[in-house]
Amino acid sequence: MTDAHFAVAASAAPAAAAASATGARPKMAARNLDFYYNGFHALKSVNFEIAEKRVTALIGPSGCGKSTLLRVFNRIYSIYPKLEAKGEVLLDGDNILDPRFPLNRLRSKVGMVFQKPVPFPMSIYDNIAYGIRHYEKLPKSAMDVRVEQALTQGALWGEVKDKLKQSALGLSGGQQQRLCIARAIALRPEVILLDEPTSALDPIATGKIEQLISELKNDFTIAIVTHNMQQAARCSDYTAFMYLGELVEFGETETLFTKPTKTQTEDYITGRFG
Amino acid sequence: MNVTPQTHDHIVKSYDDELKRLTGELQRMGQLALAQLEAAVDAVIARDSHAASKIVHNDATIDALEHEVSHDVVRLLALRQPMARDLREILAALRIATDIERIGDYAANVAKRSIVLNQSAPVQLVTALPRLARLAQSLVEDVLDAYRTYDANQALDAWARDEELDEQYTGLFRELLTYMMEDPRNITPCTHLLFMAKNLERIGDHATNIAENVYFLVHGTQIAQARRKGDTTSVLPLDDPR
Repeated sequence: MTDAHFAVAASAAPAAAAASATGARPKMAARNLDFYYNGFHALKSVNFEIAEKRVTALIGPSGCGKSTLLRVFNRIYSIYPKLEAKGEVLLDGDNILDPRFPLNRLRSKVGMVFQKPVPFPMSIYDNIAYGIRHYEKLPKSAMDVRVEQALTQGALWGEVKDKLKQSALGLSGGQQQRLCIARAIALRPEVILLDEPTSALDPIATGKIEQLISELKNDFTIAIVTHNMQQAARCSDYTAFMYLGELVEFGETETLFTKPTKTQTEDYITGRFG
Repeated sequence: MNVTPQTHDHIVKSYDDELKRLTGELQRMGQLALAQLEAAVDAVIARDSHAASKIVHNDATIDALEHEVSHDVVRLLALRQPMARDLREILAALRIATDIERIGDYAANVAKRSIVLNQSAPVQLVTALPRLARLAQSLVEDVLDAYRTYDANQALDAWARDEELDEQYTGLFRELLTYMMEDPRNITPCTHLLFMAKNLERIGDHATNIAENVYFLVHGTQIAQARRKGDTTSVLPLDDPR
């Protein structure tokens, strides 16, 4: 499937028109997406886009479906039984929910980083090399270059270059999270999904991750789920507000945080919700 | 079109208390500035230098309130990290406080000049000043009311009416020039009156600033149209004040 296919798919979904307001090329898009956990309707006809080489934030109260939506974008739900997605999720116009879409290809194109950094119990070097070895057979010298590149892009190289053979478990929480981001970057993905990447970190480590995000968007498309609205406001170009499985409002971050159009959004971001 | 100011309370009640305190301070500032303006014009008419001195002295209260508003705004921005209408409410409060403080200054200036004016013989022209003052006062009243009720339409009406004040000021300017040309003994009192009139005209400008902030507070955008200016005194030919 091609971009031309994407254009057809997009025009076939009228509700998608609002999401196209980003003006940037959509890298990924959900079209009339429904999601069910054991019959519980967790996402309700969601139309949403992640613009290419931009940062898109997903905000909303707990249980609103923002993490679910993020996880559908790399089909991570498919490892659990009784979970079902209906509709389309397009990556460069191809529907990744189609079982014929190779999961390996999807995971190499769409990386994910979670709330709690989970370094593998191995050396810093091997944490990065581990994923690469799954996809490519590289000689040691080439692997060294890739590891250095990934750690540099993950803003960690300067801090770990002299202890690459030490266990990653000895790194601080903030360093571990940057290692996880570097590990995702090492596979040269096109999209990086971040699920609450700084909620377990102190303000300094959070600042470093936010700076990293602003640098990474030159090369990658990024979607971030966060409970920290100031973080969404600081880091993202576009923001989506979700509530009870529905996408309530989506638009430029500056507009959404200064003059949102929906009362629900306004109540949520000003702390009046509920 | 108005936006209902606050449909729900904040989850954190003390945030609401702090915002209410801020808007309360502004309303108090506004009432004080209006009272000062009214008293200043009364003092001019009554040639009451004692009352005028009191007005000059009272201006410090408005200045102190402005400092309180600034302090509360900094505190709210730092501690609450406001968003959307809360952010607009706080920014508008900061700007409106500055305008009210200037209105207070101008009222005090009128009072200050009246003390000097009282040292000359009474001037008949003093009667033209209250008309200008009443209009300025009604503009300030309207914009403060619009702020209290989040009424962008009322703010917009007042904003447009400043042109009328400008025109009246231009008329008074011409009249005073004529009197000065007719009899050089009028020059000193008329110059004081001219400055007083200019102060009142400037009060109108600050009222329009407040109107613009009320509009921004309600809609989140600036007033789109350009305002017509009725004060043409800066371009009047020198040789023909009429």
